[in-house]
Amino acid sequence: MSPRAAWRLETFGFTQVYDYVDGKADWLGYGLPTEGDGASLPRAGGVVQRDVPTCRLDDDLKSAVEHARAAGWDTCAVVNAAGIVLGRLPADAPDGVDGQSIEAVMDVGPTTVRPSEQLADLVGRMQHFDVAHMLVTTPDGRLVGILRRADAERLLLQQHHHDHHDHAGG
Amino acid sequence: MPRNADHRDVQRLLAEGGQLVEVLPVEEFASEHLIGAHNIPLKSLTRESVAHLDRDRPVIVYCWDHL
Repeated sequence: MSPRAAWRLETFGFTQVYDYVDGKADWLGYGLPTEGDGASLPRAGGVVQRDVPTCRLDDDLKSAVEHARAAGWDTCAVVNAAGIVLGRLPADAPDGVDGQSIEAVMDVGPTTVRPSEQLADLVGRMQHFDVAHMLVTTPDGRLVGILRRADAERLLLQQHHHDHHDHAGG
Repeated sequence: MPRNADHRDVQRLLAEGGQLVEVLPVEEFASEHLIGAHNIPLKSLTRESVAHLDRDRPVIVYCWDHL
C-alpha cells in the first residue's frame, strides 16, 4: 500500500518521498512513541526489565549461571556480539560443574515478543502456558530485556484499579 | 524515485522536518499512529488531499507493514 502512495506522491510533484516499508508494525515493535486512542494501552515495553543477565555462547556456563542467580534471575539470555538473541538458559540449566557448554544446554529459539505486544493479551497467554518470564526483542531480534509475568500482572491490576477509580469518580 | 526508509531513517528525517503520512483507513489511524502523522487513506490520495503538505520537505509514507 505505501509503495503505491509513495509513487503517487511523486506524480503529484513531490521530490523527497520516502517509503517506510516496514510501517507502523515495525515502529511499534521498536517501542517508539505513538499517539491515538489505543496508544495508552499497557504494552510489554512498559514493564520489561532491561538490566538482565546475558551471556555469550563461548562464556563459561558455571559463571553465567552463578552471575544470573546472583542478580536474582533463574534465566539468562544468550546473545551474540550485536545483542541478537541466540537462545536462553533455562531455569533448570545445570550449573556447569561437569564442563558442559552454554550452547549444549540452552533453549534454542525461545519464544520472544516485541515491546509493542499488548500486555493483557500477553499475560493471558503466559498464564495459560504457565510461563513466568518472556524475552522481549526488537523486530530484528535484538534483546530489549525480560518481561516477568508477575510485574505485568501487577501493572494490569494497578491499571484496573485506576480505571475503576476514574469510572467511579467520574 | 521514492526511497525506502527504515525506522532510523524515519527518526532522522523527522528531526530534519519530515512529514509523516499514514495511508491506512481513518479507523486504524485513530486507534494508533506515529506522532504527528497526517492521515490520508490511499483511496483519498489526490492532488487536493495532499495540498497541505510542504513540497520542500521530505514526505514519509507508511502503512501497517511491508505486505
